[in-house]
Amino acid sequence: MLKLILNRLAHSVVVMLAVALIAFSMVAFLGDPISNMVGQDTTVAERAALRENLGLNDPLPVQFVRFLSHAVQGDFGLSYSLRVPVSELFAERMPATLELSIISAIFALLIGIPLGIHTAINRDSFTTQAILSSSLVGVSLPTFLIGILLILIFGVMLRWLPTFGRGDVVMIGGWSTGLLTSSGLRSLVLPVATLTIFQLTLIIRLVRAEMMEVLRTDFIKFARARGIRRKALNYRHALKNTMMPVITVVGLQLGNIIAFSLITESVFQWPGMGLLFVQAIGNADIPVMVAYLMIIALIFVLINLIVDLLHFVLDPRLHSSGAN
Amino acid sequence: MYLSTATKALLACVAMAAPAAAENFKFSYQGDISTLDPHSLNEVFTLGMMNNVYEGLALYDGEMKLQPGLAVGWETTSPTTWRVKLREGVTFHEGGTFDADDVIFSWQRGLTEGSDQKGRAGLIKAIEKLGPYEIKIETHDPYPILMQEMTSFFIMDKEWSEENGATEASSIKDSSNVGYAGQHTNGTGPFRITARQPGVSTTFDRFDGYWNDDIATNVTHAEFVPIQEPATRVSALISGEMDLIFPVPVQDWSRLESAEGIAPLSGPEIRTMYFGMDQSRDELLFSSVKGKNPMKDVRVRAAFAHAINVQAIADKVMRGAATPAGIIIAPQVTGFDETLNTPFVYDPELSKKLLAEAGYPDGFSITLDCPNDRYVNDEKICVAAASMLSKVGIDVDVVAETKSRYFGRLFAQGGYETSFYFLGWTPASVDAHNSFFNILTCRNTETGAGAYNIGGYCNARVAEITDIIASEVDPDKRQALISEALKLSRDDVAYIPLFQQPLSWGVSDRVTVTQRSDDVLDLRSVVVGN
Amino acid sequence: MFKSFSHFLQSDLVYNFTRSRVAVGSAVVALLIIAASMLAPVLSPQNPFDLMSLDIMESNLPPAWESGGDPKFLLGTDDQGRDMLSATLYGLRISLIIGVLSVALSLLVGVTLGLVSGYLGGIVDTLIMRVADVQLSFPAILIALIVDGAFRILLDKEMHDRAAIYVIILAIAASGWVQYARTVRSCVLSEKGKEYVEAARIIGLGPVLIMVRHILPNVMGPVFVVATLHIAMAIIIEATLSFLGLGLPPTTPSLGTLIRTGNEYLFSGDWWITIFPGAALMIFSLSVNLFGDWLRDAMNPKLL
Repeated sequence: MLKLILNRLAHSVVVMLAVALIAFSMVAFLGDPISNMVGQDTTVAERAALRENLGLNDPLPVQFVRFLSHAVQGDFGLSYSLRVPVSELFAERMPATLELSIISAIFALLIGIPLGIHTAINRDSFTTQAILSSSLVGVSLPTFLIGILLILIFGVMLRWLPTFGRGDVVMIGGWSTGLLTSSGLRSLVLPVATLTIFQLTLIIRLVRAEMMEVLRTDFIKFARARGIRRKALNYRHALKNTMMPVITVVGLQLGNIIAFSLITESVFQWPGMGLLFVQAIGNADIPVMVAYLMIIALIFVLINLIVDLLHFVLDPRLHSSGAN
Repeated sequence: MYLSTATKALLACVAMAAPAAAENFKFSYQGDISTLDPHSLNEVFTLGMMNNVYEGLALYDGEMKLQPGLAVGWETTSPTTWRVKLREGVTFHEGGTFDADDVIFSWQRGLTEGSDQKGRAGLIKAIEKLGPYEIKIETHDPYPILMQEMTSFFIMDKEWSEENGATEASSIKDSSNVGYAGQHTNGTGPFRITARQPGVSTTFDRFDGYWNDDIATNVTHAEFVPIQEPATRVSALISGEMDLIFPVPVQDWSRLESAEGIAPLSGPEIRTMYFGMDQSRDELLFSSVKGKNPMKDVRVRAAFAHAINVQAIADKVMRGAATPAGIIIAPQVTGFDETLNTPFVYDPELSKKLLAEAGYPDGFSITLDCPNDRYVNDEKICVAAASMLSKVGIDVDVVAETKSRYFGRLFAQGGYETSFYFLGWTPASVDAHNSFFNILTCRNTETGAGAYNIGGYCNARVAEITDIIASEVDPDKRQALISEALKLSRDDVAYIPLFQQPLSWGVSDRVTVTQRSDDVLDLRSVVVGN
Repeated sequence: MFKSFSHFLQSDLVYNFTRSRVAVGSAVVALLIIAASMLAPVLSPQNPFDLMSLDIMESNLPPAWESGGDPKFLLGTDDQGRDMLSATLYGLRISLIIGVLSVALSLLVGVTLGLVSGYLGGIVDTLIMRVADVQLSFPAILIALIVDGAFRILLDKEMHDRAAIYVIILAIAASGWVQYARTVRSCVLSEKGKEYVEAARIIGLGPVLIMVRHILPNVMGPVFVVATLHIAMAIIIEATLSFLGLGLPPTTPSLGTLIRTGNEYLFSGDWWITIFPGAALMIFSLSVNLFGDWLRDAMNPKLL
C-alpha cells in the first residue's frame, strides 16, 4: 500500500517537473515583455537595463532553476503586466474558474445522465436520434461562437442576462463566490451554458455506452430472466453499475474543463484563471503563463492521484497485485 | 455631430429630473491600468486614468489647452528658469497638505532608479523653494513646453510617502516587490481609488475635499472594468451594464446609433498613423530584392505612397471616421501646417512609372509588418494596402501579430527588425518636437534621439531643425522651421502618413463627457443624468 | 481486391449504413462539401487569395438578393472586398487540408507509439504512457497554443507566415496523438495474448513484422472511428486558434480566420461576413460528426 502511494507520488512529481520544464522553456521565448511594460517614451538604455534586471539576459537553465526554487515555495514572482504577485492573482482568480467549471460539470451531469440513459434504453427511437444528433452541435460549433451567439441573443437582443463578468460577489474567507447574490447567479447563466453545451456531447455518449454495456452483461440478463421489472432493472441495477466509470471519467475530465474554460472566460470576460492566461499570452507575461500551466498540471495530477487511490481502495483485486 | 446628439439627450433628461445626489458611473477600456504608482510607467492610458487621482502642476482641459493645476501660475524669468506659484489650500486624500516640499520630493522621486518618468523629471536641473507656495525651476536646456510635460508628471505627498516607505518609484525592475505606492494611492485629484483587483476592476470614489468646486462631474462612485474582447465590450454597453466604453470598433457605430439609449462619440485623435520603410540597411531583411535596398531610392518610396489610396482606406476600412493626413503630426499638435496636410495623390500609373524608372518595372515582393490588436482596424488597413500595392506590381506579404511581439521586434531592442511597417505616434506633449525627436530625426543611441525612427530615415537639415525647435521660443520662427522640416521629410517620403485614427467611444445617453483628443477619459467632465 | 470489396459490400456495416438515414444523409453532405471545396478553384468566381483581384471599394457588400447587393457577389463581400462565396470555398479547402493532414500526422505518431508501447511493454510503455498522461492534463487547444507559440519564436516571422499552415497542422497533431496511442495500446494488449500472435512469434517473425502485419489490421477499426471524429475537432481547433489570433495569416484565410474577421461585424449588421463561413463550418463538422458517431455506434459503442 505504502509502496503504491510512494510510487504514485513519484510519478506525480516527475509529471510536474516535466510540465514545469516544458512550460517554462516554451514560454521563455514568447514575445518581449519589456515593450508592454514600459511606455513608448522609455529610452533604449532604460529598456536594456530593465532586461538585465529582470534576469531575461541570464542563460535559460539559470532562469529555470531560479523559477523552480521559487515555485516550490509557492512564489511565482510578480506578474510583469499586472504588477502583483502571481500567487495572489491566482488565489483571487481561482474561485471564479472553479465555480464556473464545477457548476457547468454538475449541469452537464444533471442533463447528460438522463439523456444518456434514455438513448441507451430506447436505442433506435426518434427521440434518441434527435438527442444524439442535436448534442453534436456542441462539438460542431466553436465554443467562442456559441458564447458570442448567446451574448447576442440573451444579452443584446433580449437584454435578459448580463453579458460579462461575475456580477456582485461575496467574500467568504478568502473565497469570492457569485452564488449568493442574484446578479452573481444571473451572470453565471450564459458562461455555464456555453461550457455545459461543450461537455454534454461527451457525457451523453459516455453514459449511453456504459449503460448499453451493462445491459448486455450476464447479471442483467439473469435478473431479467428472474422476472425483475424492466424499469427497476434499468434504473436500480444497470444505472448503479454505470455510474462509477462515468464519475471517474468526469472527474478526470474536470482538469480538462478547467483549462478549456479559458475560451469561455475570454468571451465573457469572466475573471478567472483562463482569462488571466489568455491576457498573459497577449502581454508575454511569462510568470503568469508558467504558473497557469503548472496549476492546471497540478490539478490534473491531484485528481489522477485521488482516482488511482480510490480505485485501489474500492477494487480488492488490486490489493494482491500491488503496484503495477 | 455625435456629441450633439448625446448633449441633446442629456438636456432632455435634465429637464425632466434634477440629477440625484449619488451618481454611479461604470466604464470599460480594452486594457487595465498598469500600475498605481504615478512614476512607475510612462504610458498614455495609465497616466490618463491616474490623472483622476493624482495631478501635476498643470492640467489639460477638454480642448487640450493648458490650465493651472497644482500651480496657479508660472512665468519664465530666463530661457531656463521658471518661477511657479503653487496652489494653496490643497489637501491630499489622506489628509496631508500640499506645498512646495511635495513638488521637490516628487521631482526627486521621479529621478529614482525605478522611475519611468526620468525623461520628464530629468528636464529639470534644480528646484529652489522660494516659499511654501513658490518655487523656482531650473531646466538643463531651454525648454519652452515644460508645463505641457508637467501635466503628466504627478505630485505625491512627501510625508505619506516617507511614512509608508514609498520614497522611491516602485520599479518594474524589482521582481520581488511592488512597492506601497504601487498598491495604494494618495493624490490631490477629484477621485480616490477605494478598491482594486488588477485585471478585473478598479473603484473610484469622489474625494470630498477636492480643491476645485467648479468641475462638471456629479459622479460619486465610478467603477472601471477592463474588457479585452471588443464584442463583449460593445454588448456590455448595449445591454446597459456599462455607461461608457472605449474603444468601439468603427463598424459598430451604426449599431450604437440604432440602439436605444446609447450613441457613439467620436473625434480625431492626435495619434497619426503611417507606414514606415527601412531606408538604412544595405539590403532589406524581408524582400525579394537582394544585394541592395530599393527603399533607399526616393522614387520607390514615392511609388509606394502613390499606390496607396488613403481616401479609400479612410472611407471603407475606417468607415469614414478617419481624417486623411499628409504629414506626421495632427492638426491639434503645435507646429501643424495645413498647407502640407494633403495625402499623397493616389495615382497607380505614376507609381508604376516611378518603379520602372527606379529599375523595378515588374515590382518586387516585400513583407509588411503589422500589429493586430493595437490600433483601430490595424490588420485590415495592412491587408487593404497590400491589395492596393499588388496592383502596381508590389507583392506584399502581410505579417500581423500581437502587439507585444510586434513591438518587441520593431523597436530598438528587437533591432528594428522590419522592412515595411505600420505604426502610430502620439506626441504626448502635443508639440511637434516630440514627434520630430522620436520618429523623424536621425537615430542617435547616446541621446536617445530617433529611437522610434524604425526605418532609419536621416536628413541632416531635419535633424538640425529638431535640435533648434527644442529651445526656440519665438513662435513664428519656430513654425517656419517646423514647416520646413515637414516639407523636407514629405519630399523625401520619409513616411507615408495615412490619417489620424478616430477616437471611438460608446456612451450611454444618460452621460455627457468631454472627449479629449489624446483618448484620455477625464472623470472631471463626466456628468450622469437619469 | 474485387472479392474483398464485394465482401465489404455485403458486410453488416454496409447493411447498417444503407439502413440509417442519418448516416447516409451526413455522408452525402460531407462528401458534397469536400468535393465543392476541392473544386474551389473551378467553382469560385474569384481567387480570394490573390490580392490583385480585391477592390476595397467593393467591400462590405451584402448578398446579391439584399438591397445594395451586387450580382457579381452572390453571398456578398467582406471588409476587403473579397467575394464571400469564393472565400468560403477556399477557406473550407484550407480548413479541410489542415484537418486531414493534422489527423493523418497524429494518427501516424499515435498508432506507432501505441503499437510499440503495447507490444513491448515495460519501461518503454511506462515512458510513453507517462508522456501521454502529461499531455492529457492539458486540453488540445492549450497544447496547440503552446506548440504554435513556440514555432512563432523558433521561426523567423516571414518564414512562420509561409509555414503557418504546417505549424498549425503540427500544433493540432501534437495535441491529438495521445488518443490514438491509448486506443491502439489497449487493442494491442488484448490482441497480444491471442493465439495468432503467439503463433507468429513461434514461427520466428520479428516484432516489427508482427505489429505491422498482424496486430495493426485488427486495431484499425477503432482508430478509423477516432480519426473521423478528430477531423471535425481539428477544424474547430484551427478556428479557435484563429479566434485567439494565432491562426493563418489574413491574406490566406481559413474558415476560422474568416469567422474571426466576420465576428467583428456581428453587431454592425454585416451578418453575411460571419454567417456563411460559420454555417459552412457547422454543416461540415456536424455531418462529419454525425457520420463518425454512427460509425462508432456501429463498430464499437464502447469507444469514446
